[in-house]
Amino acid sequence: MAVSPPLDSEQLDNQVEHKVVQDATCTFCGCVCDDIDLHVEGDKIVDAKRACVLGNSWFLNHEIDHRPSCHIDGKPAEVTQGVERAAQILAQSKYPLIYGLSDTTSESQRVAVSIADWIDGTVDTTTSVCHGPSGMAFQGVGEVTCSLGEVRNRADMVIFWGSNPAESHPRHFTKYSLMPKGMFLPNGRKDRTAVIVDVRKTKSAKAADIFVQIKPRSDFEGLWTLRALAQDIELDAEQVLADTGYPLDKWQDLMDRMKRARFGVIFFGMGLTMTRGKHANSEALLALTRDMNRHTRFVCKPNRGHGNVTGADNVVAWRTGYPFGVNMSRGYPRFNPGEYTASDVLARGEADAAMIIASDPMGNFSQPAREHLKSIPYIAFDPKETPTTRHSAVAFTVATYGINVPGTVYRMDDVPIPLRPAFESPHPSDLELLTNIETRVRELKKQQANCNKHRPSLRPA
Amino acid sequence: MVASFILIPGRTSRQGCGINEGKFNETYQRETHLLQVAPSDMEQLGLTAGDTVRLTSDFGQAEVPVIAAKRDELPAGLLFIAYGDISSRLMGGDTHGSGMPTSKGLDVTLEIL
Repeated sequence: MAVSPPLDSEQLDNQVEHKVVQDATCTFCGCVCDDIDLHVEGDKIVDAKRACVLGNSWFLNHEIDHRPSCHIDGKPAEVTQGVERAAQILAQSKYPLIYGLSDTTSESQRVAVSIADWIDGTVDTTTSVCHGPSGMAFQGVGEVTCSLGEVRNRADMVIFWGSNPAESHPRHFTKYSLMPKGMFLPNGRKDRTAVIVDVRKTKSAKAADIFVQIKPRSDFEGLWTLRALAQDIELDAEQVLADTGYPLDKWQDLMDRMKRARFGVIFFGMGLTMTRGKHANSEALLALTRDMNRHTRFVCKPNRGHGNVTGADNVVAWRTGYPFGVNMSRGYPRFNPGEYTASDVLARGEADAAMIIASDPMGNFSQPAREHLKSIPYIAFDPKETPTTRHSAVAFTVATYGINVPGTVYRMDDVPIPLRPAFESPHPSDLELLTNIETRVRELKKQQANCNKHRPSLRPA
Repeated sequence: MVASFILIPGRTSRQGCGINEGKFNETYQRETHLLQVAPSDMEQLGLTAGDTVRLTSDFGQAEVPVIAAKRDELPAGLLFIAYGDISSRLMGGDTHGSGMPTSKGLDVTLEIL
């Protein structure tokens, strides 16, 4: 196992190796572009061909961090000491929470779920504060879906609802959805109709043929208006305008175009899931997509934010049967958003320990959740210093996935993509640390089980 | 002067780049601590870029400098800020059984300081 570096940067500078890594994978956002050529000098990426503004920033700003690989209570420590302390915290906890996981490999996610099982803990991912409500909606309505390759080759009607890919997924338009010339769209952008539905006239709206500006918090009403029009139900124009802020005749025009499309797709974002209504908004969109298949082919896809948040859904689902917010305290998985989701478990002051992998709840959770997390011992994994690592009992500086570490990630359309790292890091990977923590946790839990043979347990016999 | 608004926290590419540079670095800190206001609201409230306002929601309070939103990006009555510490302070902890706190479309009051 790697120990706290520190690296001699002068020595490294004298032996700079130049190389090109072809078809490297960018893991900044859910597009997971795997056509990036990285020009690497030693332990620095100096150019990232074909990367967008976010991809460039991702690759060019992840140099080796010359901090120690481990801090315990804010002081530098050996990684082995950190692993021991982390295992002790988790094994002694009565209600441990494992959270994050959207910016690490699926191999690491798999081990994190195992640890949650060994410690009777709760495992949740950043999905719960991203497209978790859509995950609930998938279970209620189902998802008519496809791969991004099908969108590229077939979609002549592309709608973005509550999503601003020009800022959040800059290559979405050019690589997958609007610009490419596809098998059935020889003229590329000219063969497609682009629609943006949003409360703000975002940068993405500039790329659209039709911009539908709705009232804030009226996504559900807008989607239900379209559902009614899909079924030729007559609506009151004044009521529609009052409810959605958009006139009925324009909704009707949009529906007519949707019906005429040969292959339509709706990409939806957190404008739906984070706004009042949440899973009901996503359900309305999924139901509209389903309804449209009476007229033509229509599919939908959530635009996923983090590089492997889709992998987190997949891995947690194939390990437990549920995609996020899973509790193992009874010895079998239970799923209940609102009860076992990290934001709730923390805001209600329930968890007494936590392990945060590749996310920053101290930076983006609600104040009650942040206050509680600050009050309990927790372990944090991150390549960089964040508000979460600063307050942790054990902080690991880890190698960056996709740049230093190989593995697998899932693109937003559930397609697994391999990583091609550029250079090695002196810091341990998430996988290495989690594997060692799991080994030690199992030893500690076995010792506890021997001591507690005659005590009552929540687990079934 | 106190006025009511709806606050939309969201992503920006500059905020994304700031995460890569480091959350304690200038890019991220500046982007997440800057409130965008519709030009017509700026005029009506007598605000100029750099003025500080206090935002108050049912759950918290934050002071933040303002800037006029570009062109017609924001309609009157709507505010925008990049996700970060300020927007988190204004969110409630309750997720209404969904796991997701209401993080967009927050009712806030704006007070000029």
